[in-house]
Amino acid sequence: MKFLVCISKSPDTTSKIDFTENNTKFNETGVQYIVNPYDEWYALVRALELKEQNGGSVTTITVGTAADDSIIRKALAIGADNAVRIDAEANDAYFTAFQIAEYAKANGFDMVLTGKETINYNGSQVGGMVAELLGQPFVSLATKMEMSGTTATIEKETVGGVEIVEVNTPFVLSAAKGMAEQRIPNMRGIMAARTKPLEVVPAVECEELVDFEAYELPPAKSECKYVDADNVAELVNLLHNEAKVI
Amino acid sequence: MATDLYTHPDYFNMDDLLSEEHKLVRETTRSWVKQNVSPIIEDYYERAAFPEHLVKQLGEIGAFGPYIPETYGGPGLDQISYGLIMQELERCDSGLRSTSSVQSSLVMYPIWKYGNEDQRQKYLPKLATGEFLGCFGLTEPDHGSNPGGMISNFKDMGDHYLLNGAKMWISNAPKADIAVVWAKNEEGRIHGLIVEKGMEGFSAPEMKGKHSLRASITGELIFDNVKVPKENLLPNKSGLGAPLGCLDSARFGIAWGALGSAMDCYDQALRYSKERTQFNVPIGAFQLTQKKLAEMITEITKAQLLTFRLGQLRNEGKATSAQISMAKRNNVEIALKIAREARQILGGMGITNEYSVMRHMANLESVVTYEGTHDIHLLITGMDVTGIPAFTREMPNK
Ligand SMILES: Cc1cc2nc3c(=O)[nH]c(=O)nc-3n(C[C@H](O)[C@H](O)[C@H](O)COP(=O)(O)OP(=O)(O)OC[C@H]3O[C@@H](n4cnc5c(N)ncnc54)[C@H](O)[C@@H]3O)c2cc1C
Repeated sequence: MKFLVCISKSPDTTSKIDFTENNTKFNETGVQYIVNPYDEWYALVRALELKEQNGGSVTTITVGTAADDSIIRKALAIGADNAVRIDAEANDAYFTAFQIAEYAKANGFDMVLTGKETINYNGSQVGGMVAELLGQPFVSLATKMEMSGTTATIEKETVGGVEIVEVNTPFVLSAAKGMAEQRIPNMRGIMAARTKPLEVVPAVECEELVDFEAYELPPAKSECKYVDADNVAELVNLLHNEAKVI
Repeated sequence: MATDLYTHPDYFNMDDLLSEEHKLVRETTRSWVKQNVSPIIEDYYERAAFPEHLVKQLGEIGAFGPYIPETYGGPGLDQISYGLIMQELERCDSGLRSTSSVQSSLVMYPIWKYGNEDQRQKYLPKLATGEFLGCFGLTEPDHGSNPGGMISNFKDMGDHYLLNGAKMWISNAPKADIAVVWAKNEEGRIHGLIVEKGMEGFSAPEMKGKHSLRASITGELIFDNVKVPKENLLPNKSGLGAPLGCLDSARFGIAWGALGSAMDCYDQALRYSKERTQFNVPIGAFQLTQKKLAEMITEITKAQLLTFRLGQLRNEGKATSAQISMAKRNNVEIALKIAREARQILGGMGITNEYSVMRHMANLESVVTYEGTHDIHLLITGMDVTGIPAFTREMPNK
């Protein structure tokens, strides 16, 4: 079975977030990038496990510049067989999905896996778009997947419960927590990653559907107000008139 | 112990000097430590128990013989990677680093460098995976700083050697499958021999009652007419220079490692100084606290530069023993001082097992003594710059 795992970068959670160029660009100075955890811990590791059980190959794909090669090498160190990088800034979800879908179409995969979202933009869009562009089923937020032949039995999160679906390959899946356990690479894997193929492919023409107007930080946390436990009337008053939530 | 929040201080952007691979090596070791060691280390330390289950895991991640070539089961990394692995292990616990650096530099290194091909094939792959644990027997009850005076000896009995003597303070010994033992032949020349667990007349009792390196196991090695097969002699180097060559490699790892404990102490003290409030301000607002923190980061930064340069020299095969001595001595000393200052910043909390500072401090008391004491390393630098050895002297007449 041929797996294609989408790997993207996201800033380390300790990175300071701010913007440049009149708040139209994310300021990358001093930002340490990591492999997006949902891609690494769940999508990649589950693909590797299934390959180890039933054979096949795991290819990673990243839309990004040469600066992303370090996160790609990490994915190879964890165990992917080879990597592809579409040589372009991954500016928006449609552009990214389009590039991935074009590569997937040309190279034929049984399963395309993504993380459920990236931890910087939390867009959750790429997987669904790739599926649509490929004309394949899409299973989102999957927490468990077992394969039997070409049929996958997948558990996915729904509001207040679990949905179990069956789907035949080829399909696209976005992986959430529960799908697998994080795998720490080892030194031998890091050395092996040196010689694994990382193919750089030029981006294909793609319509621009998104304009970036401005970035904004979430509002700063306001101060905590304490209300005496006996003073319920005051609490209701504040929630009603000040916070305006009831 | 509270959640391990460690991030390394990097005041002079040293990370820019590291390759992506170096950073991945460091991140890998750190993640493994945070997941598997940080949550249990205080408990093992308190019980003075050896976390034996970590031996296989250290093998799996590649922390045994990181620079041993792939043909012998090692990952074949460079010296800076080795240093970074030691740094990440020791920033958690010096005992953990000891287990790994003894295996790497004092057991695998001599077999790789002084052993023959059969010995390499027989032992290195098993040591690399952690299937075998090894130890290194140089120190004797009456010969610590002066190992050349050792009395352990072996006789050529025709079809085997007969080994007699005793070693003391040997890390990993009670759990070790093999011991690289240094002993004199009939001509008084020092040779390395591989002694295997279970050989008749060989025992390795545990030494108890350590107030330091409590999560590392230490023992004696006792040889009572042990018949050692002739093929177990390391053929390619003899004389005191042979064990000293291993010590160069181990001390290099300790220089990186001790700096790791210093960085961990600083990291905790800095965080605490911003969180802990007294007299209505964070204690980090006091000049006296800032003096401590500023001096710590200054010493850490100097040590990082020294250590990184030493790594480059070692990669090029150009680091001298005296350079390694200077780095070991300096880094352990600053680590001890930083541990003590960090403990003060943490106030009463500093003496508890909620923080690793006091454990580092106690551990470093071993590290400042083993692999050449603080003063012996000073004498090595002294000899190197003056050309005059000052290790020995005549007993003055009464
Ligand atoms: C926890 C632990 C683990 C160890 N693991 C190992 C191991 O795995 N393998 C191994 O072989 N050894 C090991 N050692 C032994 C260690 O290397 C020795 O303890 C060390 O070399 C010092 O020897 P000593 O303890 O006999 O002290 P001594 O040599 O007796 O020194 C006592 C004091 O005298 C000073 N001194 C000695 N000679 C001089 C001199 N010429 N000039 C000035 N001052 C001098 C020393 O600096 C020191 O302050 C370990 C030790 C410890 C504590």
